[in-house]
Amino acid sequence: MGDRALSRRGFLTASAAAGLGMTALSGCGGDSDGGSSGTTTVEWWNISTAQPTKDVWAGLAKKFEAQNPKVKIKIVQLENDAYKSKMTALTASGELPDIFHTWGGGVLKQQVDAGLVEDLTDRTKPWADGLLAVAKEPYLLDDRVYGIPFDIGMVGFWYNKALFKQAGIATPPTTWSDFLDAVGRLKSAGTTPLALAGKETWTGMYYWAYLAMRTAGADALEKAGDDKDFTGAEFVQAGRHLKDLVDLQPFQKGFLGAAYSSPTGQAAAVGNGKAAMELMGQWAPLVQADAGKGLGDDLGFFPFPAVEGGKGAITEVFGGGGGHALRQGAPQAAVDFLKFFASETTDLELVRKTGVLPVVPGAESAITDPNIEAVQAQLKGSTGFQLYLDQAYAPALGQEVNDSVAGLIAGSKSPEQVTESITQTAKEEQ
Amino acid sequence: MTSTFLPDKRTGPEAGPPPPALRVGRGRSRRRIRNWLTAVGFQLPALVLFLVLVLLPILFALYAAFFRWGGFGMPSDYIGADNFTRLFDDPVFLGDLWRCLVLVGLSLAIQLPFALAMAVLLNQRIRGRAVYRTLFFAPYVLSEAITGILFAMIFAPDSGLADQVLGSVGLDGLGGTWFADPSTVMATLFLVMTWKYFGFHMMLYLAGLQSIPAELTEAALIDGASPWQRFRHVTLPLLAPTLRISVFLSVIGSIQLFDLVWVTTAGGPDHHSETMAVTMFQYGFKRYQVGYASAISVVMFGISLVFALAYQRFVLRRDLEGATTTMRGGQK
Repeated sequence: MGDRALSRRGFLTASAAAGLGMTALSGCGGDSDGGSSGTTTVEWWNISTAQPTKDVWAGLAKKFEAQNPKVKIKIVQLENDAYKSKMTALTASGELPDIFHTWGGGVLKQQVDAGLVEDLTDRTKPWADGLLAVAKEPYLLDDRVYGIPFDIGMVGFWYNKALFKQAGIATPPTTWSDFLDAVGRLKSAGTTPLALAGKETWTGMYYWAYLAMRTAGADALEKAGDDKDFTGAEFVQAGRHLKDLVDLQPFQKGFLGAAYSSPTGQAAAVGNGKAAMELMGQWAPLVQADAGKGLGDDLGFFPFPAVEGGKGAITEVFGGGGGHALRQGAPQAAVDFLKFFASETTDLELVRKTGVLPVVPGAESAITDPNIEAVQAQLKGSTGFQLYLDQAYAPALGQEVNDSVAGLIAGSKSPEQVTESITQTAKEEQ
Repeated sequence: MTSTFLPDKRTGPEAGPPPPALRVGRGRSRRRIRNWLTAVGFQLPALVLFLVLVLLPILFALYAAFFRWGGFGMPSDYIGADNFTRLFDDPVFLGDLWRCLVLVGLSLAIQLPFALAMAVLLNQRIRGRAVYRTLFFAPYVLSEAITGILFAMIFAPDSGLADQVLGSVGLDGLGGTWFADPSTVMATLFLVMTWKYFGFHMMLYLAGLQSIPAELTEAALIDGASPWQRFRHVTLPLLAPTLRISVFLSVIGSIQLFDLVWVTTAGGPDHHSETMAVTMFQYGFKRYQVGYASAISVVMFGISLVFALAYQRFVLRRDLEGATTTMRGGQK
């Protein structure tokens, strides 16, 4: 008995000590200075925990080490959400890894403003000039380069060609009124025009963001975020256009409770041919095939239509990608690695094996899927760019956009109320 | 082990033999200190854990609720009671309070009486009652996340099991959008809550029922009491302590409801099933407005505390009094 009690107490003390110890330890790490033997260890933090990307990236690190015998690459991989919270903590502590994953936008700007990120403008000349311009956009702050992309993508409509044909729609719509018209035709043909995951509010936000870009122009959302003012007439107009769509009742039954990637969700509805379209990023075909059957050759892509009389053009894209940034004062080996990672040889391998879109123009030849080719063409010819709002803005503001647009779609908020509550949240953040 | 060495030390050469009376007194106080130290020693780990993991976070949340704070570093932007005034202006939070009341009301009016009825039923001698008891208790054992995923699938519009079953018996009109419609989401949620928790309350009642001596009901039977009278005037009063505890648990559970809502609807559609805990999570871990989220948690804590104290003072008083008088009686 006595022994048992002792061991139980010992266990408690030990676990408490272990817990505290772990917390203390996790605060460390991130340092990686050159060893005494003349080799430099470069820490590379990324979120590629899924296969085959994980192995491909590890292989690339090995290849780089073979080419640069004095450099060791230490890979630290974290799950997406874990990475985000870990990075927030590291940013607060003022120590970032040598090379780290970034989406650019507001979060990168915070890190840059805190003086934690290396300015790469001069150190990546001239090789970075050859990269796809739109892919570099999220990491440009005041015309300085703070990150090098390895992936880029965009949101657009993914549609079922067979269902469009059935409804008598010959070509995908290019204007908003044509789009509403197509929705009407699909409805009268007995098809659900659009699938939407109402439970996951970011899916509805895509509509509002694109409409705002089309009515107010590509730079307007960025500017509104800086000015903390979204009450402009064009943003209200964007909400009205969305309301016009919602009033047609274009979404699947029970869309307000639907998830995105579950077997009864948005992607599955399109992938199983139950809905004709969804507004989604370049990953849509994969998820459609994963959650549903997938459409194969029936799947098509068209860009978000232009709005008549709006300041934006159909060639302006809403999207984002992935890139790498360096901590302030990172060793030259880290810059060399970025150059290696953005080379045509590496990018060809990445496009072929891991399904990312090319950031090096020469790697386009590796694309085989016609839809991905269409996305790539749209990206290449883009005349303006807006990063995903939840990455471009602070978390509270991004969530409020999602939330109030969801209210508009559910019918509880007017277009004016949407812009007002977004503005209010923007002003609360200092 | 140590006690065998201590006397040797005390009678060491430099101390000298103390007078007998003093030695007894010293020995007693030493023993008292030693007992006290032993008690502290045993309680220390638990005390430290309680302090670090329970008390400090509560106090810290109370402190953070008065700041605009993003969750990293120490809070520094003091804003007084702004978070609280904002809270009580927020239609979503006021809705949370209302929905909490609705859930408490529905639980007390429907879920608990249903559990009581099942308990009374399964207290009879019927064939296979052990099987029924296990079956009805099983949902409570299931984790809330799994329950949520399960029912999200069952109540999926059209393709879900619920709509399929209703459709196959020609009741398509009754089916529909369940979780996906602002007007039906709370009813659906309550249905799932009842499925999940009534078995637990039923078990409590069954235990209570079994402690009621059979002689009492038999006596009532001999006196000519009808089944309803036996239930109303014998069973129910004797079950009252159990009922009071079950009501208490049910109310506290409704105030803190989170997992089930988060998995099935995430508070949607359009906040129509959001609870205080869900709102707190949204602000704390999605928006990183930790100061505001702390204010929500403080209000939740306050409501639970006030309810718990008031309930103990006014409702459980009879149960507690019973306990204390028995003890006093025992001392006499």
